[in-house]
Amino acid sequence: MKILVTVKEVAEAADDFEIDGLDIGEQYLEYDLNEWDDYAIEAGVQLSEEFDDVEVVSATIGPERSEETIRMALAKGVDRAVRVWDDDVAAADLDVAAKTRLLAAVAAEEDPDLILTGVQANDDGFGATGVSLADELGFEWAAVVNHLEMSEDLSTAHVHRELEGGVDEVTEVDLPAVLTIQTGLNQPRYASLRGIRQAQSKEIAAKGLDDLGLDADAVASPIERTSMYEPESESDAVYFEGDADEQAAQLADVLTEKGVVGE
Amino acid sequence: MSADVLAVAEHRRGDLRDVSFEVISAGRQLADALGGELHLAVIAGNVDDFAEKLNREGVDVVHTVSDGAEFNHDLYHGALEALFADLEPAALLMPNSVNGLDYAPAVANALGLPYVSDAVDFDYDGGLEATREMYASKVETTIAVEETPFAVTIRGGEWNPTEEPGEAAIEPFEFEFDADAAGSRVKGFEEAGGGDVDISDAEFLVSIGRGIEEEENLKLVEELAEITGATLSSSRPIVDNGWLPKNRQVGQSGKQVTPDVYLAIGISGAVQHVAGMKGAETIIAVNTDPNAPIFDIADYGVVGDLFDVVPALIEQFS
Ligand SMILES: Cc1cc2nc3c(=O)[nH]c(=O)nc-3n(C[C@H](O)[C@H](O)[C@H](O)COP(=O)(O)OP(=O)(O)OC[C@H]3O[C@@H](n4cnc5c(N)ncnc54)[C@H](O)[C@@H]3O)c2cc1C
Repeated sequence: MKILVTVKEVAEAADDFEIDGLDIGEQYLEYDLNEWDDYAIEAGVQLSEEFDDVEVVSATIGPERSEETIRMALAKGVDRAVRVWDDDVAAADLDVAAKTRLLAAVAAEEDPDLILTGVQANDDGFGATGVSLADELGFEWAAVVNHLEMSEDLSTAHVHRELEGGVDEVTEVDLPAVLTIQTGLNQPRYASLRGIRQAQSKEIAAKGLDDLGLDADAVASPIERTSMYEPESESDAVYFEGDADEQAAQLADVLTEKGVVGE
Repeated sequence: MSADVLAVAEHRRGDLRDVSFEVISAGRQLADALGGELHLAVIAGNVDDFAEKLNREGVDVVHTVSDGAEFNHDLYHGALEALFADLEPAALLMPNSVNGLDYAPAVANALGLPYVSDAVDFDYDGGLEATREMYASKVETTIAVEETPFAVTIRGGEWNPTEEPGEAAIEPFEFEFDADAAGSRVKGFEEAGGGDVDISDAEFLVSIGRGIEEEENLKLVEELAEITGATLSSSRPIVDNGWLPKNRQVGQSGKQVTPDVYLAIGISGAVQHVAGMKGAETIIAVNTDPNAPIFDIADYGVVGDLFDVVPALIEQFS
């Protein structure tokens, strides 16, 4: 069986930041593996440990810098990686449809039985690529999966989908399928020193639109970000001033006043 | 293409979900801007009963699809594709709920529609302009969509539900659906793990988030909870790490709580967390990041390090 895991390098904003045009200034951004993808990687690697002959391949749309993040996935047990990027991709404002086309082209080459993605990326939070990709490939799918068991013959995934309010939906999904993975599905491992060393020799295949049989139209998008701003604070919060002791004293007063802490 | 809006209602285990009445408001807003009608789709379950309840002010037509008992994405996908082809609306509007996450992107892809998710507001003036959040709610963005028709999902809780009764036409919609051919089958539901403590009953919640860093540091907030007589709850990462049981999780996929005081310590205030605790009477937040979104809904704020503030607070009550 082959498992494809999509891995995104996401940007996180520093506590204090400034907006520069349509994005947060580069100097205020830090890059990391998307939290949800970490759980997807773990799920793929665990399946490869549980079953014989499972290859886990990661797919990333991202610039060279993202290889740092990809190495983390390789160090955790992903066998090899594909990274999609070129000048046209770099210049595009990638919407869900464009990402779907790029990842569908990778999937067409790799021919996986199972694709694991994070539920969402915590930078843009679109929460759409996995399910859109499933539709594009004609695969089955399940979104927001917090429990996964594979049938012995690897034909069906038994999943829980985590609904709102502490209720899980219990569902069977035929393979080939895309599952979008929710945090808490497993405990993502830390990369071992051995894993980190091994990751250095694993392949990261860089691919441009040409290599995937696509042209610039594949990344054209009718969607455009037109502004970014810090939301006007609706807060009328009263801030406690002073050092920690002074803040704590004022906080204690409020708790006593509200009657939730006994005299 | 018409100027109409097709919006999709949501239900679970026999009840319409609140967001169904919010999509009516959002859909009416969009239909007014487009100059068209608002069509509502309700799929699976007791659709006649649902349609009656969904007949609220501003809805022109409710289309009922009576296949299936519960949500199934193959059914929603098929029904919406067929209904969209039939009505040729200018916009398809869906909830950004967990089930929305499971069908909306597939429907948009199948119909070749530009897709914007999790809108907190929008406008239409020749094209959609949607407002969304980014970078864990630290910034807002506007997204312009040049093409109509388009698909958009809305965040729950951002539009007021429509309450007034309406005069909608109720029209059954038939389409070919082969349930046996569907590649996914919903087998049922399971309640997430129980436990002895019900945080939804608590008057005073001390709630801890990822700011606590390590499991062993939990002792600190446990001590605070004990000395103040509070009940301990948490954001999701604490539960994901296995540091507290699931029944302590506050939020969209955890519990909804309405205490007199909610003391959020080291919690950023992600939308899915806020969904569970915004009903608290008084919200107090302790966070090192002055830009953390939790401060937007807090009544009292402590910008500071929990490892200084919590011991000092324990001291106050010792
Ligand atoms: C479908 C779905 C459902 C979800 N359901 C839920 C849910 O039910 N409940 C839930 O909580 N989340 C839920 N989430 C996850 C949610 O998006 C966030 O990831 C989560 O709420 C973040 O938790 P946090 O605030 O503890 O962590 P973070 O966002 O990492 O925030 C930690 C905060 O601690 C602060 N901090 C760090 N160190 C200190 C210190 N020393 N002193 C003081 N402050 C400090 C930081 O400034 C930061 O603001 C869901 C997500 C999805 C996609």
